[in-house]
Amino acid sequence: MTLDAILFYVFAAVAVGSALVVVGQRHPTYSAFALIVTLCSLSAVFGLLGSPFIAVLQVVVYAGAIMVLFLFVLMLLSVQREERPARRAWGVKATAIGLGAVLVAQVGSVLASAARGTTAPGFNASTGQVARLLFSPAYLYVFEATSILILAALVGAVALAKRES
Amino acid sequence: MSAGADLATPALLLSAGLFAIGVVGVFLRRNVITVFMCVELMLNAVNLAFIAFSRWRGTLDGQVLVFFVLTVAAAEAAVGLAIIIAAQRNRDTLDVDSFNLLKW
Repeated sequence: MTLDAILFYVFAAVAVGSALVVVGQRHPTYSAFALIVTLCSLSAVFGLLGSPFIAVLQVVVYAGAIMVLFLFVLMLLSVQREERPARRAWGVKATAIGLGAVLVAQVGSVLASAARGTTAPGFNASTGQVARLLFSPAYLYVFEATSILILAALVGAVALAKRES
Repeated sequence: MSAGADLATPALLLSAGLFAIGVVGVFLRRNVITVFMCVELMLNAVNLAFIAFSRWRGTLDGQVLVFFVLTVAAAEAAVGLAIIIAAQRNRDTLDVDSFNLLKW
């Protein structure tokens, strides 16, 4: 096993473990900190899969900006620990079983098709290559559209969170 | 990196596992902010699938799609948290079951 593979499995284990803490933890603030650990180890996984640009974006945008926003709201609303036990309704159980079956089928199809595919050797998406594709005519208009989306989200967030006087 | 170190398949399995954990969280948790964080976890699992397929196929389109998913996730988090603040102001609680104003 190469060093890359060993590191991949270490970070994958950390990601799964902290994701379980996110779901299992009853206090939202602890969930948020566990989610930061998940996002940072996923960033390492992205780097090991040959995507340094996305790995950096993951830390800056997700673990940085978005999680700070989450923690800001958690502190603002001074949330409490969940007191009531988790829901165990009949419909929820049936949905869980159905979704579990979908997951099993999904994993099965991944494992079945794994033998056919071969990874491109030495794949490494440098920032320059990704940027050249991002600003090529194929994605340029989508990129410009996202700036309008961000502006709309900014105005919408201010309008929603503002207290009506 | 040698061609033999094929990490695409374990990465897809990790993606499926993280997505499943996110779905479980959405169904299990009552606090609306925790539910929202589980949605973010699911978005990340999808990003990982994009990266794994990008590596598998040797193309860069997956990387660009992840970039757009990150952008939309940032916008979604800003608007979603603003909605949560507004809902908390109206109902004085963060329990998802209490947000039933639009229920028929």
